[in-house]
Order: sequence, then structure tokens, then C-alpha cells
Amino acid sequence: MAAAPIVEIDRVSFGYDAARPVLHGVSLRIEPGSVVGIMGQSGCGKTTLLRIIAGWLKASAGTTRALGQDLSGLDDRGIFALRRKMGMLFQFGALFTDMTVFDNVAFQMREHTDLPAGLIEDLVLMKLEAVGLRGAAQLMPSELSGGMARRVALARAIALDPQLMLYDEPFTGLDPISLGVIARLIRMLNDSLGQTSIVVSHDVEECFRIVDYVYFVSGGKIVAEGRPEEMRRSGEAFVKQFVRGDTEGPIPFHYPAPAYAADLAQVAADG
Amino acid sequence: MAELRNWLERLGHIVTAKIWRLGFAARFFFYVLLHSGTALRRFGLTIREIYFAGVLSMIIILVSGLFVGMVLGLQGYDTLQRYGSGEALGVLVALSLVRELGPVVAGLLFASRAGSAITAEIGLMKATEQIAAMEMMAVDPIARVVAPKFWAGVISMPLLAAMFSAMGIFGGYLIGVQLIGVDEGAFWSQMQASVDVRNDILNGVIKSFVFGVAVTWIAVFEGYDAPPTAEGVSGATTRTVVTSSLAILALDFVLTALMFTGGTAK
Repeated sequence: MAAAPIVEIDRVSFGYDAARPVLHGVSLRIEPGSVVGIMGQSGCGKTTLLRIIAGWLKASAGTTRALGQDLSGLDDRGIFALRRKMGMLFQFGALFTDMTVFDNVAFQMREHTDLPAGLIEDLVLMKLEAVGLRGAAQLMPSELSGGMARRVALARAIALDPQLMLYDEPFTGLDPISLGVIARLIRMLNDSLGQTSIVVSHDVEECFRIVDYVYFVSGGKIVAEGRPEEMRRSGEAFVKQFVRGDTEGPIPFHYPAPAYAADLAQVAADG
Repeated sequence: MAELRNWLERLGHIVTAKIWRLGFAARFFFYVLLHSGTALRRFGLTIREIYFAGVLSMIIILVSGLFVGMVLGLQGYDTLQRYGSGEALGVLVALSLVRELGPVVAGLLFASRAGSAITAEIGLMKATEQIAAMEMMAVDPIARVVAPKFWAGVISMPLLAAMFSAMGIFGGYLIGVQLIGVDEGAFWSQMQASVDVRNDILNGVIKSFVFGVAVTWIAVFEGYDAPPTAEGVSGATTRTVVTSSLAILALDFVLTALMFTGGTAK
């Protein structure tokens, strides 16, 4: 019998208000130990999906199970208890700007455990060593480059060895070297720490290189899913357009507007 | 007719939105009080915020107090000596400061110096997802960030008002006694005889405590409620200064009416 999924979402719908639904009837399963990509255009609902998994937003319909618990039945205390087993890397790191790199990584250990200071120091240096930044422990976040800040945020996210890691656009705004480093770290940490990872991204090449399975979201629905190599060969129109970066396809180049000639005629009439 | 209806609808919308926000701010206030355990148990967090809100405001409070006291000395003596009561300058300066100017001017300065900084810091933490990151790490930002700032403001404000008054009295002494030549003994002894601990000093302390609660509550709420954008944070900072200044002046009127009229008037 297959191991129970780490995350299981069944026909989940969500909207910030009733008139503008963001997700409709989304279902997905994330197996333990895997790195799963959720890809789609900006504003397609993928970050919303990540926030539902983290218990930040409550689905308006459907069920969400994460780490063996049904999220709809959890109160704030239950959600906080569940989040101790999760880590999240935010788009731009979200480091605490008034603390050193060391204190940022030590933050959760000091808040949630009674470990002695010496042990916390060892653990923090170990986490920083894993992301290659042990030498930057005493720097302030303002002294770090974008790529370094992302790596420190990654060390902070794995501070309490979470079972599930959530990555929100981890590759945005990075140079090619930092991007490659972050991608390699995601895969390496996932495999060496026995985690499960969900990577929300629109970076096709980098994402395909590290994920085991990928879901494509468009218009609040899952339009395709499969292994990266299957997705490259996919005949699905949206996936083809997204993977090849075509300007024309099911996602039009033009924002909906009246006919161009009619608009120009109107301008002439008004003038 | 339709225009009037639209206008009324807009007005109604604005009024209900304000009432909703006020209700939200009240709930936020009680939530902060309920989650103050961490701020009081780990008092180091609050001490750190007292440094930022209180200690760093001391320069502006002390310098302003000195100048306000010196102006009181000049203006007070000019009026008092017309009635041959120049020796009562000490009483005038001390009562003006401990009853009114100390709490009110220190409150207004505190709102502009510390209140705006608190709003901007919390607003920027929200805009840069630091608040969200804290929630994701299962740490309640209200307990960890907001409550220590709130209690720091509440503790700092009466101390700053007291420093303002003390510095003001010293300014009045410099001008009245050292410059104009009012008798030093009369200056201090009349002040001692006329300033009452309960009716004057305690009431002044109560005022500054109430202003401290009001300013810090407005500052933390505006920061926490700020839209996570540059304009959002700048608007929230401005609202903190404007709303807290108006709140201080309105509360001062109410408190003065309760404290210094009727049976309690000296």
C-alpha cells in the first residue's frame, strides 16, 4: 500500500470575494519525499493555493489535508501547531531586518524550544553551513545580496527541520548563479532532510530541473499535471504556450478591449 | 433625485466604513491586551521597545520642555507683575506644566516622534512579509511585535511627560530667577505650597497615562492595518500623527472637565 500523501486537496474552491473566485474545484496529491512544482502565470491562483495548504486562507469548498490533518477542523492554535512542522520560503526572503543573520536563523529555536544557548549556536551554524553562509552569521540583512538573503531565509525556514517545505516564487529576481544555487539547495535539502517540498514558480527551466511532478494552474483550475518530461511533450495548448513562452495561445497577448478600429473611431468622434 | 440618492449612499458608505474600522480597532485593542503575556513575561522585549520609543524621544522632550518652561517664565512674569504677583511665577509655571502642558505637549511630541516610528515599523514589517513570516513560523506577531511596543509606549509616556514638566520648571526657574530676578525662595516655596500631589501631579500622571494608551494604540493599529505598499505605510503614518494629536486634545478636554471642575477644583 502506498504511503499516505503529505498534502491532499480535494475539489477546493476559494475566492477573496464571491464575485471573483480564484480557485475552482482544484484537486491534487503530494506524495512524501517528492518535490512538486505548481506552475502558472502571475495571478493564476498558485500562491493562493500555497496559502490554503499553509492554513492561511480557508477554502470556501472542498477539503484540504496537510500532514495528516484536515485543515478545516483546526482552530488558530491547531494551525500554529501544524505550522511548526512546515517551513516557508517567501518570495523575497522576508528576513527580520532588525536582527543579524544568526538571530534570524535562531528565531524559531528561541521562540519554540528551551534549548541552551550553546546548542542553539551549534544548530544555527549547522543550518548556515548547509546553505554556505556560516561566514555571514554576524551580518545584518541589509548587508546581504538578494541571493544570500534568500539562502539565509532558507536556513531560517529549515531551522526546526520541517516535514513540509513551501517555496513561494523562490527564483524571482535572482542572477543565474544564485538561481542555480537556490534550485540545487531545494533539491538537496529535500532529499537529505527527508522533506517534502512544494515549489510555486513560473520559472520553467529551473523548476523542471528539480521537481518530480508538476501541476499547471490556469484560471483557478489545474489544466495539466505530470512529470516534467511529460509536460515538455504535452499537447495541451496552455502548457505548450507556457513552456515555450509563446506570446499567442490560449492566453492572449491583448488585455480584453473593444475592437481597435472602433476605439480609434471613438477618439476621432470625441476630438 | 437619483443624484441625491447616490450622494446619500456614498455618505452612508463612508460612515459605515469608519464605524467598522473603529470596531475593528477596538477588537484589536482587546486582542493586544489578551496577548500581552509574552511582552510582560519576557520583559526584555518590552525594555528594548522602551529604548526605541522612550529613550530615543528624550532629547526632543527635554529640549522642548526647557523652551516651553522658558517661554512660560517670560510670558507668566510679564502678566503676573502687572498685578504685583511676580513671586507667584513658580506656581504658574509648575501648575501649567504638571496639569496641562507636560502631558499634552509631551503627548503630541511622543505621537510625532515615537507613534509615527511605531506605525512605520509595523507597516514596513507587513509590507516586506516579515509579519507573515512570523505567522508562518507559528509565532503570533501581536504577542511578539505589537504587545511589547504597546506596553513600551504606555510605560514611556508618563515618564516622558514627567521629564518634560521637570525640565519646563527648570526653564521657568532659569528665566524667572536667574534672568529676571524673582526671589528664589518665593519661587520654590510658593510652588511647594500650591502644587498638590493628588489634585495636580497625580491627575497629570493619569492624563499622560491615558494619552500613552491612546497614542500607542492608534500607532500599532494603524501600522498593523496599513495596506502593504509604500503609499499604504506613508498614509498610515500620517493618520497616526493626525488622529493621535486630535485624540490627545479631545481626551485632554474630557479629562480636564472631569478632574479640575466642580468639587475637585482647587
